[in-house]
Amino acid sequence: MAEPDFEQPAHFAFDAESGAEIAHIVAKYPVGRQASAVIPALYVAQRQMKRQTGSAWVPVKAMDAVAERLGMAPIRVYEVTTFYFMFNTAPIGKYHLQLCTTTPCWLRGSDEVVRACRDATGIKGWKETSADGLFTMTEVECVGACVNAPILQVDDDFYEDMDAEKVKTLIAALREGKPPPPGSMIGRQTSAPEGGPTTLTTLQFAPGT
Amino acid sequence: MPKLTIDGIEVEVPAGATVLQAAEAAGIEIPRFCYHDRLSIAGNCRMCLVEIEKTPPKPISSCTYPAAEGMIVHTDTPMVRNGRRGVMEFLLINHPLDCPICDQGGECDLQDQAMGYGMDHSRYAENKRAVPDKNLGPLVKTSMNRCIHCTRCIRFISEVAGVPDLGATSRGEHMEVGTYVEKALSSELSANIIDLCPVGALTSKPYAFSARSWELSKTDSIDVLDAVGANIRVDTRGPEVLRILPRLNEDVNEEWLGDKSRFAIDGLKRKRLDKPWLRRDGKLQPATWQQAFDAIAAKLHGMAGEKIGAIAGDLCDAESMLALKDLMTALGSPNIDCRQDGAKLTNARRDYYTFNTQIAGIEEADAILIIGSNPRREAPVLNARIRKAWSQSGAKIGLIGAETDLTYPLSHLGTGPSAFADGEGFLKSGKRPMVIVGQGALTRADGAAVLAAAWGIAARAGALTAEWHGFNVLHTAAARVGALDLGFVPGPNGKSVEAMLDLDVLWLLGADEFDTKKIAAGTFVIYQGHHGDAGAARADVILPGAAYTEKSGTYVNTEGRVQRGFMATHPPGESREDWKIIRALSARIGHTLPYDSIEALRARLEQVNPVFANISFLPRFGCTDTTGPRGGATEDVAFAPRIKHYHRTDPISRASPTMAACVAALEPAPAMAAE
Repeated sequence: MAEPDFEQPAHFAFDAESGAEIAHIVAKYPVGRQASAVIPALYVAQRQMKRQTGSAWVPVKAMDAVAERLGMAPIRVYEVTTFYFMFNTAPIGKYHLQLCTTTPCWLRGSDEVVRACRDATGIKGWKETSADGLFTMTEVECVGACVNAPILQVDDDFYEDMDAEKVKTLIAALREGKPPPPGSMIGRQTSAPEGGPTTLTTLQFAPGT
Repeated sequence: MPKLTIDGIEVEVPAGATVLQAAEAAGIEIPRFCYHDRLSIAGNCRMCLVEIEKTPPKPISSCTYPAAEGMIVHTDTPMVRNGRRGVMEFLLINHPLDCPICDQGGECDLQDQAMGYGMDHSRYAENKRAVPDKNLGPLVKTSMNRCIHCTRCIRFISEVAGVPDLGATSRGEHMEVGTYVEKALSSELSANIIDLCPVGALTSKPYAFSARSWELSKTDSIDVLDAVGANIRVDTRGPEVLRILPRLNEDVNEEWLGDKSRFAIDGLKRKRLDKPWLRRDGKLQPATWQQAFDAIAAKLHGMAGEKIGAIAGDLCDAESMLALKDLMTALGSPNIDCRQDGAKLTNARRDYYTFNTQIAGIEEADAILIIGSNPRREAPVLNARIRKAWSQSGAKIGLIGAETDLTYPLSHLGTGPSAFADGEGFLKSGKRPMVIVGQGALTRADGAAVLAAAWGIAARAGALTAEWHGFNVLHTAAARVGALDLGFVPGPNGKSVEAMLDLDVLWLLGADEFDTKKIAAGTFVIYQGHHGDAGAARADVILPGAAYTEKSGTYVNTEGRVQRGFMATHPPGESREDWKIIRALSARIGHTLPYDSIEALRARLEQVNPVFANISFLPRFGCTDTTGPRGGATEDVAFAPRIKHYHRTDPISRASPTMAACVAALEPAPAMAAE
């Protein structure tokens, strides 16, 4: 590990809410197979950090707590946490802006979305947090919503069909603490074509009858 | 038992064997990095590619592919060769070209295999990736740029050593092997990952940059820093022991070696007794051999035998102990003892003091009861076998003694003799039960009673049958079993160690592990040994002897296996091989011992006890006479651990800076006094 520029908290313990959540997750697996719950348990820890500190990340102490709860060697939890980029091993801003730049999003203008995010937040590079501590920008691989590309994922929510203008509005709304409802930003119904459905427009179950 | 053909050679292999194992059985070598026959199969280096007929036309990794009936395998076709070359090219993309300054150079799997499958140039013009080095403690040096991610070290530490400290964090291009949170490896077997590492990513820290492998002279020897008798290879250059590596012996240490046995060797260069010393006017002063012998001869002149005593230490070879015993007999003294820690061992019968199930036999046991021992500290390599019995065949392990982490799950049945009834019940659940009695249980006042009680448990639990001998004593001293075989115990009316300390003359043969302050002020102490430790500090005459790497010696391990080590270097300065010192002194005082050569002395060894005739070979045996040793009443006091600090148990490891660094890194510092 390179020399970190942040401090690891000295303690971490699951609060009542997390404890109940983990108990529910562990109950899904056979006795002696609790280690299977490691990924959801890490999410629980990450969400608890968000509740408690406003930053959704998993400190080493939290990984240790997961390891102890699930009866695993700590290093096995470190391996999982560092393997998946969904777990943040360093503190992030209040809103985690995850920008997809894989081919479909790129073809549909993700470069513009990225530039707009940078302009709106003042962030220069990837994995950086804005000076006000509100935003962290991360480049992600395909998030699986290519039909509505380009995608900007904020924490767990997808904002689809983004462009520079919409990014500006979205960031402004986030700054006020009023995140708009997620989904398509051009009023598209789920993944249907722009401007409404073009096929199956009439309800006809057996044509020609 | 599938039968298959590999390169035209037909072989039959056990069901479940892989193609790579089958190829080995056929005598065909397949290059590999990640595969290791004592670790689980990972299949991630892809170097072992072969071509198998009637499978999809692509190279197949042989280490993961199960051998099947009628399979036809080719290990040297254009497809195989191209595949392996491709793999090699990928491995070398990020591997630095620092072989000339790499300690692995000359004994590197990657270097060797690159000769067969590497290209003479690289097609990769981009920058190589840079990985920060990890600090794994005072023993293992890392150079993580060289790592090829075979994961052997991770698998060894998790599976064999049972202390899962290492892992692979991040992924893809960013994958790193390490501990994530910086810490020193806490396993007593940690340095074996140096041997396992197929490249120079993990090398020996104390040996760093000290020699190239082809400059070293290699001598087979036996480790004496615990009682397992691990087979070792001593690598020397000139007069200096540079490193110690394990030698393969399936019956004893497989191919592992404890960290202390490997790295205490820098203690061989420090605090050495390299010339005779004589106490004049209350101060030890350098002397000549002649002066030292004269002083001893003057003291012994006309002295009654019963006023002389001899104590043999923990690192002695059988030859020197026999010479000393014969000398004491010639002087008319029955006062000899090898149990300087006060262990209540008897040599009435050999199976009362040996590890009768044998180390390889541990793997067959299904219930193991450990009494008053911490095998992880006392014999880490043997502990790995117990762990293997648990991990591979599900043996249950019970412990009576201080609760501790032995690297496998165990039932803690109690701390003292009051738990013996539970222990017996525990053992009865197994078909092949074994009892391991440690020195922590035998060095107490009621040691003999504990020994008898442990034998009783074994007898009643069905551990003593004609086919299976489940009673085991785990020793901590390499010399102990050999000394008991020789009868280095008090003769008729002889005194034991405790009673010997106020005799007129006391001969300490490398004996440092008892409280030398208890020796009476008027006692004339002769210390014969190689290190200036507790015994030498109290001595009136010091006779400088040879350490285990400097003499050819016979050692009997805890199993009762007689093994022989060879001289790797000469003893430093004026010091001499120990049996020669005793032989020379015997001539000076007019009791010349009847052997002039090591061969004659070894013939005498065989005469004293025929077990010394069988070198290295020890047949398995059962127990036909279940009469136990004589005991008494046990006291219900908790068993105390015999070894407090794994890294400092003997004069060599106490003199070793590397071992001191391990203690500093691994053992919690004494609590700071409250301000």
